Amino acid sequence: MTTLTDPPEGAFRLSMLLNDTRYRSYTFQGIALVLLISVVVYLANNVMTNLRDLGLNISYEFLGSPAGYDINQTLIGYDSQSTNLRAAFVGIINTMLVAVLACTTATFFGVIAGVLRLSNNWLVRKLMAFYVEIFRNVPVLIWIIIIFTVLTAVLPGSRAYLGAEPEKELFLGYFAFTNRGVYAPAPIWNAGSGVVIAVFIASIIGIFAYRRYAKNLLYATGKLLPTGWPTLAILIVPTVLAFFIMGQPIGLDAPDPLANRFNLKGGIQIGAPLIALWFALSIYTGAFIAENVRAGIQAVSKGQTEAAAALGLRSGRIMNLVVLPQALRVIIPPLISNYLNITKNTSLAIAVGYADITATLGGITLNQTGRAIECVLLLMLFYLVISLGISMLMNVYNNAMKLKER
Amino acid sequence: MSDKRADSVAFVRETFLAEQPAPASATGVVRWLQDNLFPTWANGLLTIVSLYVIYLLVSSAAPWMFNGLWNTQSLAECREVLEGATGACFSVLTERWNQLLFGFKYPPDQYWRPTLAFVLMFAALAPVLFFDLPRKLLIITALFPFTAYWLIWGGTIFTPLLALLGVVAGYLVYARFVKGSFATGALGGVAAAIAVWTIGGALIPDGANDTAMLSAVPSRDLGGFMLNMMLGLTCVSLSVPIGIALALGRQSSLPLIKIICVVFIEFIRGVPLITLLFVANVMLAYFFPPGSGVDLFLRVVIMITMFSAAYIAEVIRGGLAALPKGQYEAADSLGLDYPQAMRLIILPQALKISIPGIVNVAVGLFKDTTLVSVISMFDLVGMIRGPILASTEWNGIYWELFMFASVLFFIVCYGISQYSQWLERRLATDHR
Repeated sequence: MTTLTDPPEGAFRLSMLLNDTRYRSYTFQGIALVLLISVVVYLANNVMTNLRDLGLNISYEFLGSPAGYDINQTLIGYDSQSTNLRAAFVGIINTMLVAVLACTTATFFGVIAGVLRLSNNWLVRKLMAFYVEIFRNVPVLIWIIIIFTVLTAVLPGSRAYLGAEPEKELFLGYFAFTNRGVYAPAPIWNAGSGVVIAVFIASIIGIFAYRRYAKNLLYATGKLLPTGWPTLAILIVPTVLAFFIMGQPIGLDAPDPLANRFNLKGGIQIGAPLIALWFALSIYTGAFIAENVRAGIQAVSKGQTEAAAALGLRSGRIMNLVVLPQALRVIIPPLISNYLNITKNTSLAIAVGYADITATLGGITLNQTGRAIECVLLLMLFYLVISLGISMLMNVYNNAMKLKER
Repeated sequence: MSDKRADSVAFVRETFLAEQPAPASATGVVRWLQDNLFPTWANGLLTIVSLYVIYLLVSSAAPWMFNGLWNTQSLAECREVLEGATGACFSVLTERWNQLLFGFKYPPDQYWRPTLAFVLMFAALAPVLFFDLPRKLLIITALFPFTAYWLIWGGTIFTPLLALLGVVAGYLVYARFVKGSFATGALGGVAAAIAVWTIGGALIPDGANDTAMLSAVPSRDLGGFMLNMMLGLTCVSLSVPIGIALALGRQSSLPLIKIICVVFIEFIRGVPLITLLFVANVMLAYFFPPGSGVDLFLRVVIMITMFSAAYIAEVIRGGLAALPKGQYEAADSLGLDYPQAMRLIILPQALKISIPGIVNVAVGLFKDTTLVSVISMFDLVGMIRGPILASTEWNGIYWELFMFASVLFFIVCYGISQYSQWLERRLATDHR
């Protein structure tokens, strides 16, 4: 009589390292570890030898020394005597600024183009397909350069706006479009403006409270409150009231054509490089987002729409309650990775001279101090932190939105 | 019964009505216009807005394009001929045609070499892209890298011949031993190739480059659209096998190998390509032994290959994950070991699923090759921004040049994505 038993627990023999699947994995990992260590040692050794031959060392002291160069667009205080570290921070903030701006507008372009690509209007559909194909198939670097060139070559110099009788009037009395960038009015915060802002924030909270109340009421009693116009009213009315009651505390500082003979003064100057980068990234990534949006909407099966219609929902409600929640599940993950791409593509700022982190830390600081390894490592670290942060957010979202199946 | 019924009905038509043509409002152009352009008044408004946008685009571009000049010597001359009228100055394209395609340092009397390599590229790609062609043609594909290398860089023919010999030796050893075990085959193949290269490298006489049939062209003399094509093609083809290896490593049950692959992939995907190009430009040279002098082109190829390999690995991982678990279990229950299961069962299916993704990565990568202009290599964009716009004849001409660059890239990228869609339809087996 034979019985099926486990293989005998024989003593460990050396040949088992190759032949026995239980031990073979250790062999492979051992080999991999040895290879890895030897490659790392080899590379590190080369770096050390090369650096010694060139009389260099690895040191981050340059971060504390004065940068010695100017940056034309900064959101925090900076001058040429500030440290390289400060310059890097200016770069980081500039990177974040253009990334956030471009993400917002790219979503805007993308959603519009994506929805219009599904329009039943033949001409609009074709026009949007044209937009998507043109922008997806040409490198973003070329778009950035083209838009920058257009801005600087086509728009007039700021001189055209200067003097008592300028060649060009300020747009709406507040905006000047010049080849150096756009001059926009800056808000002036006078006494009492805090109250207006507080009211504004309070009304935003109020909107959420109202919508929550309406939803709860709907679920509890089935009574449907309107949400569209009350939202708008809560948003606008109290703030406008507060603005006038406090005696118009927030003013606008428009660019002044009469301040001097050479340039516009006052207001905020948004440099041409920032605008070119912002616009190019949004319109380029918008084409990709359009495809995601289209795919997301098409992924919701037709039966869902029909079932909702059979329940008697109106088309607006079908979109809001049935199609969009399901489409968003498909749209949002690629949307976030498009945001990630925008953030990484902001590094192309160096091509048009916008002072982002790649241009400050990886460009001028690197060239001036010659600290190539240190600068590039810090640069990579920054982008890694951002990317990993965004993908972590994405994982959290994906887990929250996962279909809950039994 | 039937008689009675027939009597009780007042009138029964016994013949069909003659067919009438559909009313004019329900057919033809009118109907199409109504359905597709003016179904509702809001939609009609959209149509009118679109028509206006198209009118704006055409009315501003058409005179510019059709008044274009093709044979003047400089922008100043262009403006003289145009006398203030709107018109493009395409002469920059005809005058700098060779520079745009080959860069400004490639010896002009050797332009036939990259051109020939370009033509051969189609012959080499055809059997890879179209499965219906006879498999024997793959020999051309296998020979292409060595031929193209020799044509573009020139120099002694022994270098590419030796490289080819090493690969052939490696393949023969691999084919001999792979029946026994994949590991022995692969390791033996690599060892044989390295042995041939080492021994052969010692045999090539010094100064063979000087007496070569084709004069040697250093890498830094390459440029123009040729550089984009070379970088794109080389890096994509190198990164597919590396990407497969990384994807398998990431799926592996061996924790150490898995960690190495995950760290590599996430690191590369987390940083922009431009920082990797900075690494190639200023940092990578430190990693090679002193005095090895690896040139910039090769360093850039290394970094871009790593970059695209990480992305392709993620695409292939998606393909591997999309396979039903039953496929893995079926392979196991047939008694296949890991390499056999992967080569015969898993990868053929996973790669098929991954093709659209890989093509997307390839298109993105080809577009990204323009970034090398930032680290002062003179690719198409680098040529335009550098030597051409800086020259006295063509200073101040933008639209024509950038439009030309966009059109070149559009043709290639759109072509690739159309191919990918065709392939997807072709491979669809409707197992869903």
